Amino acid sequence: MTTWVPASAWREALTDRVAAATPPSGHPAGRVVTLFGRREGDELVVTAVIERGGVLETLRTRMPAADGYHSMTEEVPALHAFERELHEQTGVAVRGHPWLKPLRFEGGGGQAAMRTYPWYTVEGRDVHEVAVGPIHAGVIEPGSFRFMCLGERVLHLEIQLGYQHRGVEQLLRSGDSRRLTPLVETIAGDSTVANAWAHALAIEQLAGVGVSRETELSRAVLLELERVGMHLASLAGLATDIGHLQGASTYGRLRTTVINTSMRLCGSRFGRSGVRPGAPAYAFGADQRGALQSALELLGRDVPVIDDRFLSDISVQHRLGGIGVVSAARAKEIGLIGVAGRASGQDLDQRVHRADLYPNLLPEVEPGGDCLARTRVRMREIHASLGWLRAVVESRAGWPRARASIGLLAPSSMGVAVVEGFRGEVVHCMETDASGALVHYKVQDPSLQNWLGLALCVRGGAISDFPICNKSFDLSYCGQDL
Amino acid sequence: MLRSLRVRLAQGRQFVPDLRTARPAGFRGRPEISASPCAAGCTVCREECPTDAIRIDPVAIDLGRCTFCGLCEEICPSGRFTFTPDPRLAARTPEGLIVREGVQPAVARDPDLARIFGRSLKLRQVSSGGCNACELELNALANVNFDVQRYGIEWVASPRHADGLVLTGPLTANMRDAVRLAWDAMPDPRFVVSVGACAISGGLYRGSPTLDRTFLGEARPVLLVPGCPPHPLTFVHAILDLLGVR
Ligand code: SF4
Repeated sequence: MTTWVPASAWREALTDRVAAATPPSGHPAGRVVTLFGRREGDELVVTAVIERGGVLETLRTRMPAADGYHSMTEEVPALHAFERELHEQTGVAVRGHPWLKPLRFEGGGGQAAMRTYPWYTVEGRDVHEVAVGPIHAGVIEPGSFRFMCLGERVLHLEIQLGYQHRGVEQLLRSGDSRRLTPLVETIAGDSTVANAWAHALAIEQLAGVGVSRETELSRAVLLELERVGMHLASLAGLATDIGHLQGASTYGRLRTTVINTSMRLCGSRFGRSGVRPGAPAYAFGADQRGALQSALELLGRDVPVIDDRFLSDISVQHRLGGIGVVSAARAKEIGLIGVAGRASGQDLDQRVHRADLYPNLLPEVEPGGDCLARTRVRMREIHASLGWLRAVVESRAGWPRARASIGLLAPSSMGVAVVEGFRGEVVHCMETDASGALVHYKVQDPSLQNWLGLALCVRGGAISDFPICNKSFDLSYCGQDL
Repeated sequence: MLRSLRVRLAQGRQFVPDLRTARPAGFRGRPEISASPCAAGCTVCREECPTDAIRIDPVAIDLGRCTFCGLCEEICPSGRFTFTPDPRLAARTPEGLIVREGVQPAVARDPDLARIFGRSLKLRQVSSGGCNACELELNALANVNFDVQRYGIEWVASPRHADGLVLTGPLTANMRDAVRLAWDAMPDPRFVVSVGACAISGGLYRGSPTLDRTFLGEARPVLLVPGCPPHPLTFVHAILDLLGVR
């Protein structure tokens, strides 16, 4: 559903929808899933996607670009990253934003421009700064972290990103339809399937193409494999960072089993080419079902053994428990989503709105908000996804591979899709002009909102806890940098 | 203690015994181009390939651009393309990555590199716009399955300790100085390896104004490892062939 409101009514329309439920409407409080803008001549077109009770509403307005846009972050802090992005992408003034810093240095100027980043500074006789990055010690993507510390204690962490900016959105808008799916598969390689599925849903909406249940199931199977594989990778990383070698090696090899299963299904350990708009992009017959089944047997047997070992270890409990806490209230305020959100008590998982595919699924919520809670959420989600996959195998579902052409896109329309990737919500919005050509493509990785959660969770903690806090969030650099 | 034993028992032996002969089941790897003739005037593969990796007359795939999406195999009316699970895809030069009928990519041993690094090689990985797929696969080289340390090959944290710089991603302008700093910090003798379609050719990002690939002109890679992302075994074959290890 799309609602256009005049610029004068924009603020009220948006804040009303995110305000707590008030009679007589009885609507549950809404949540802003994304907010972004684009220039159209002298105008700024702003779009917000709001979720209320599982229903998405697209709220839109136009305003003269020269007037600028008045920030709503002070009232709705969860909008902080969206408004920074809006400013950076459209060049329109966003007045009154408390933290209007470059998000990813899209404007050109390269690394020279990045050196002008206005770091927050803390002053005092014994205050010192620790700068890390952009290149880190491991085989990992780049980003800059600067800690303001008093001794070992972190007063503030600021995270500067943008090193990975490749111009994904510009390329998606460039009109080469052959490249759409391959490009979205590289927005964040660890979320290949989530992005490819979100893209497929958005373009199918625009083209008015309905797909079979098997098509959707084929995507969900790969997505749950992606989730299990990446959760295992996160657990292996966490185990490494606390020096738990058995956890590191065991979670690592279990992930190998999972991603090799994806490869058996679609030829790629990352699910590349496993999702295409219109039809199932890989065949799921007796061979593939058998491969999945034997992987599930192995995982069902071995995952609980290492989980039990890991969680019952006193040193693991001490190292992760009470470290890097984000309270439920803070999580709600800043709009934390996905694994990190659920580990801080946020009852959010987009899969619950797909009861056709995920009957009986409930978000795995933990109240603690610490590194241990984020660990436990991952473990429980692995367990749930394996159970879900087992049910697919037992249902003896199957499908052949097929190719579908998508046809023309509806003119002056917007396709919006939200898929719960392993980190959280992956959002794709595609908009067409009067001729049906793409005028805008907005993608969003959950990392965009969640990086602030990481920055806040280390405040007051020891700087030596940063690596495990970072790993427990396991956010994407390229997904945020685009 | 008992829990630890249970994990050990479940773990068993996980390493791939012979990385040289392993063929990953289901992997879309080295393409073979058949001798059957094309349908008259047909150019469908070249037109549809999302990375413009295909040339015609004679039919050839540039593995430096190819993302191994499999589309050409699917749509060619004459069945000229077959993707095999063979992970040996690398070459030393861009020309070496052009696969034609009867032509396969290969990595020739470098006698100097073999002499110096054949028994111990320390690599520093730098991602410059990589999507974390290449990075995860390179990380996987050090897991208990691939265990590339068995050949004396290791990832190191500091470029000061590194012999080789392994680049992933299309090389963004926003990382240009950092890549150069890492390279400048590496002692001689040293070399560059490009991993993945993005690093080799820009891949899907080729021509994007957000890139700055001048570094590759100055420090020419000695090894190009194709894939999107490359399978860990593709990297293993490439580096062992370069060093002349078995
Ligand atoms: S497999 Fe490679 S050559 Fe074939 S269509 Fe895909 S990208 Fe092009």
